[in-house]
Amino acid sequence: MTREAIVTAVLIAALLAAPFAAQAIDEPFYITLATRIAILALAATGLNIALGLGGLVSFGHAAFFGIGGYAAGILATHAFNGEPLFLGLPGTNDMIVIWIVGALAAGAAASLIGLISLRTSGVYFIMITLAFAQMVYYFAISWPAYGGEDGLSIYVRNAFPGANTLAPMPFFLICFGVLCTGLAAFRSLMNSRFGAALQAGRQNEVRLAAVGIAPFTIRLAAFVISAMLTAVAGALFADLNRFVSPSMLSWHMSGELIVLIILGGVGRLGGPLAGAALFVLFEFALGGITERWQLFLGLVLLGVVLFARGGVMGLLAGRARHG
Amino acid sequence: MSTALLIEQILNGLQFGVMLFLMAAGLTLIFGVMGLINLAHGSLFMVGAFACAAVAAATGSFWLGLVASLAAAAAAGAVIEILVIRRLYDRDHLDQVLATFALILIFSEGTRWVFGSFPLYLDIPPLLSGAVRLPGGASYPLYRLAVIGVGVAVAVGLYLLISRTRLGMRIRAGESDREMIAALGVDIRTLYTLVFALGAALAGLAGALVGALQSVQVGMGEPVLILAFVVIVIGGIGSIKGALIGSLLVGVTETLGRFLLPRFFAVFIEPSDAAAIGAAIASMLIYIVMALVLAVRPQGLFSANG
Repeated sequence: MTREAIVTAVLIAALLAAPFAAQAIDEPFYITLATRIAILALAATGLNIALGLGGLVSFGHAAFFGIGGYAAGILATHAFNGEPLFLGLPGTNDMIVIWIVGALAAGAAASLIGLISLRTSGVYFIMITLAFAQMVYYFAISWPAYGGEDGLSIYVRNAFPGANTLAPMPFFLICFGVLCTGLAAFRSLMNSRFGAALQAGRQNEVRLAAVGIAPFTIRLAAFVISAMLTAVAGALFADLNRFVSPSMLSWHMSGELIVLIILGGVGRLGGPLAGAALFVLFEFALGGITERWQLFLGLVLLGVVLFARGGVMGLLAGRARHG
Repeated sequence: MSTALLIEQILNGLQFGVMLFLMAAGLTLIFGVMGLINLAHGSLFMVGAFACAAVAAATGSFWLGLVASLAAAAAAGAVIEILVIRRLYDRDHLDQVLATFALILIFSEGTRWVFGSFPLYLDIPPLLSGAVRLPGGASYPLYRLAVIGVGVAVAVGLYLLISRTRLGMRIRAGESDREMIAALGVDIRTLYTLVFALGAALAGLAGALVGALQSVQVGMGEPVLILAFVVIVIGGIGSIKGALIGSLLVGVTETLGRFLLPRFFAVFIEPSDAAAIGAAIASMLIYIVMALVLAVRPQGLFSANG
């Protein structure tokens, strides 16, 4: 086992152990905190496919996070009110169906956005993905059917077969399970032929094209997969808060997802989890001391970018073997 | 729908476009010369607005406020350039995005700390209050016309600065080859600080001018920043001409879209539905324009690199 694998395993084990410890000392709030970490880590793992492996700095992943959230909100609302969605299709409160719908919706959106934005690269790509996410954001704000600016409440947390999702612990375990699946997917993707091509495209696009692989197709596929994973996290996030609002789609969210990855370590399996844990704990610890915690978050981020490249994983597990 | 109303909306669009130009010009200049993507440009816009509102409230003079906004934004720009931005020039875009995102958090929270969470208000100066009669019977606020005038003056001034002065020559030289110009004995670090402060001052000016039209509050720069990104993506990053044309295109499209689309849909469907659908589509319109432009020209209309 490499040092990186050990660090990642320890992080995952710590995340799983934390809620049980919280339950033992009767502090259920910490379970919610751990759930938040798991969900944000999953969202960032999704983005890590595009950003870390493919080098595609998407500044618009909030769009997919929010689409997942709205899928959960809209389906649950229709199921709650007993109104058909459209074409007579019913809503649902089954989490698995919601994840699939959310992932498909985000995948469709990502195909469209990717088709246009992947024609460009570098700073254009950053700005275009940002602009498309803003487009979705403003659409959500000005479309009154599902709450518009006020957002949409999910009155009862959606159901998962064989689990009481209303209790914090089972819901955490669901999120943890999905996170582990997501991490496993990331790992096998990273080590697959597809992942090799994707990383080669980041390192040297011309060489990749020279061996007969079109970088565009590979990137588009990676962008779509990345969006789908982030959307599932969005659906879980909506269920966690039992509320979805345009703020899930805002560009601050996109920025936060990038922050999680940078804090943790770009393109590393454990990066998003380390970043999410650090971010949530930081927010919790500082938020308790001062209202101005974002100011200090900004200072810490600035310090990490300027002086501590490689993030937590870089610190704990050494530099990535492939730069 | 009267012609007068339409003319008013077109002028609103131009005024909005001109304000976007002040933001986009700085962004595109900074990107063109230093290759830096600066998310904190919206914070400089906010700094300008707050400086103007605070000084105007203290002295009673909008004009002093305007001077203060230019000075404050330029100073803030120079300070962050020296402390932070300077270290980012040879980093990749991801680091730049993240560091300037951190600057936004610091600026927003810092401003909230100093000025509180409540918005400030800035009055239109007496000299520019009132309305002007336009040919065709419409009347239009003088202040907004003045903003359009300022924008045009800045566009002309920037053009002259870049194409006719020694500083402009150095900026253009820095854009094409920074090692070469440094080897020729030009202090490139000071030049970069100057360019950054110039861009910041333009953003601060935009903030002060807009501050009199809407409330001055934390976060006011962010929507404008994102529209300015759309502008420079449409116009071609690094091109001032592209920024001008992109700004006017985005300003007019956005304003007329909001005005005309609900009326257009009302021809076919129920007025209340038409208002909702029209508003929803209008809010996406400029992004659709951007997508169309990029589908045809991925490097924008006037790409600086050919």
